[in-house]
Amino acid sequence: MLKQMEGSKAMAQAIALCRPQVVCAYPITPQTHIVEGLGELVRLGELENCEFINVESEFAALSVAIGASAAGARSYTATASQGLLFMAEAVYNAAGLGLPIVMTLGNRAIGAPINIWNDHSDAMAMRESGWIQLFAETNQEAVDLHIIAFRLAEELSVPTMVCVDGFILTHAVERIDIPEQANVDAYLPPYEPMQVLDPADPISIGAMVGPDAFTEVRYLQYYKQQLALKLIEDLSTDFAARFGREARGLLRTYQAEDADLIVIAMGSINGTIKDVIDEMRADGLSIGLVTLTTFRPFPVEALNAALAQAKDVLVIDKSLDVGMGGPLASNVGVALREMPRPPRLHSAIVGLGGRPALKTSLHRLFRQATVQPWSGPHFLDLNERVIAREIHRRGKARRAGPTAEAILKQLEIERVAKI
Amino acid sequence: MFEVRIHGRGGQGVVTAAEMLAVAAFLEGKHAQAFPSFGSERMGAPVVAFCRISDKEIRLREPIQEPNALIVQDPTLFKTLDVTEGLKSDGYLIVNTSRSLSEIHLDAIVARLPKGHVIASPATELALNYVKRPSPNTALLGAFAAEVGVVSLDSVCEAIRRAFPGKVGEANVEAAKAAYALIAAKAAA
Repeated sequence: MLKQMEGSKAMAQAIALCRPQVVCAYPITPQTHIVEGLGELVRLGELENCEFINVESEFAALSVAIGASAAGARSYTATASQGLLFMAEAVYNAAGLGLPIVMTLGNRAIGAPINIWNDHSDAMAMRESGWIQLFAETNQEAVDLHIIAFRLAEELSVPTMVCVDGFILTHAVERIDIPEQANVDAYLPPYEPMQVLDPADPISIGAMVGPDAFTEVRYLQYYKQQLALKLIEDLSTDFAARFGREARGLLRTYQAEDADLIVIAMGSINGTIKDVIDEMRADGLSIGLVTLTTFRPFPVEALNAALAQAKDVLVIDKSLDVGMGGPLASNVGVALREMPRPPRLHSAIVGLGGRPALKTSLHRLFRQATVQPWSGPHFLDLNERVIAREIHRRGKARRAGPTAEAILKQLEIERVAKI
Repeated sequence: MFEVRIHGRGGQGVVTAAEMLAVAAFLEGKHAQAFPSFGSERMGAPVVAFCRISDKEIRLREPIQEPNALIVQDPTLFKTLDVTEGLKSDGYLIVNTSRSLSEIHLDAIVARLPKGHVIASPATELALNYVKRPSPNTALLGAFAAEVGVVSLDSVCEAIRRAFPGKVGEANVEAAKAAYALIAAKAAA
């Protein structure tokens, strides 16, 4: 049913349609509205046979989800930013144990400096944890991906994270088609665990594994994620057939078939990029887009097929691997090695800590990639004046004090001078 | 695409106003996108919310740079920030005030925009009358429907009822209708 509603509320409804049996989460901006929405659905009795467990921290939230999942319950949690880091140990445990928990991540920057706004640093910090990571472009996709995520997680017994841009999606009110319960029930069968702690048939889960078997356990995690590449395509096709909406799959392309320059990005920024591409195409530029939905497992083959004709590839990262550059760009670089004639790779860091990705800036960036390519990561809309002043200031005295506070002071002086 | 930026202060229902406007457009079969300026909201602090309305799917997610219309819920904001930044040269400005546009020093903006595109609506006064609370957002949406169009008064009223079911909603609907009538009467005169 078509509704005009907030992304977080829509996700709460979609998760409820998946009939989770245990929901436990600790509130953190910008994830809060999702969990509040679920709590309300449980309280009102609209989400039946579900226990909403209040916990004292994110570490407890995922630990409860692990216990519930091991006991055979369909388990869900949600977090963001520092919350994900606080549960990091449990994030790895859920994956290593192979428990099919679904988590929503309301993507937000990681401190310090403390920042509540959107970027992908939190998801990237856990990219090696063994969870499947799916990125939503719109709130409709966020709704759909949650339904796919439960089935995907349970078919493989691998935890799955649905990454949703904080504020940009979680707090946006837009048109969303909320699926019918009967359709979701037909798509997502009741949870049939591969392993379960059952007093009638006792087993133990979580053995200590030494050098003789640890590599094999890890290899099988890797193997399952490789299986996920095919399964994600299949589940997306099935989803499209049942729900009458585009299959989301591993990635999708926009104007990319004949494009010399292909932009690669994840999440909500793709909508703005599509508008820019339409405008640049009208100006005669040969430009297209690959929207990556699945980041883990990384879809090397599908990506290389989409890039086969491209001369230049521009990767947009909404996070920074500080000592290296854009993590998505690094991953794409590895994928390009498999190509006979790989395109040139350009990397841009965009939208850190909630800085808006403006159309005008993206126009400039896309033109520059082919006309005047740069080496290393390009930081879009970097305030070079502030950087130069701060570097100069720090050179003058050993005890220069904290950087963040100094930059804020600079900006405040500029702001007051303008008025 | 029609783009609206709403300025106000925390507690004035700025974000809710953008959401109600989006729902009103949705009720008319249009695509709409409402989103806040994502600050750490608190009572009294300047708040901005955005609403895009279009016949096609809205993909753009940047904050609205060049609005077609501005709604200003608190006229004291003109003193502290560049409220009209980016406003299109044929844009609309709807200000919550019981005083005249000259009295709140908006003559320069009135001169810059097409005739009749700047409107003063006594929204707080109307809200106090009908809702018994100084929440000007719904009355301003009534004024918006009268002055700008894009959405009808009926759709605005229905969106208000959905946001505030029951008595509170009906009181807000009355405030919106009264604000609409004031502008319609002025246009007829």
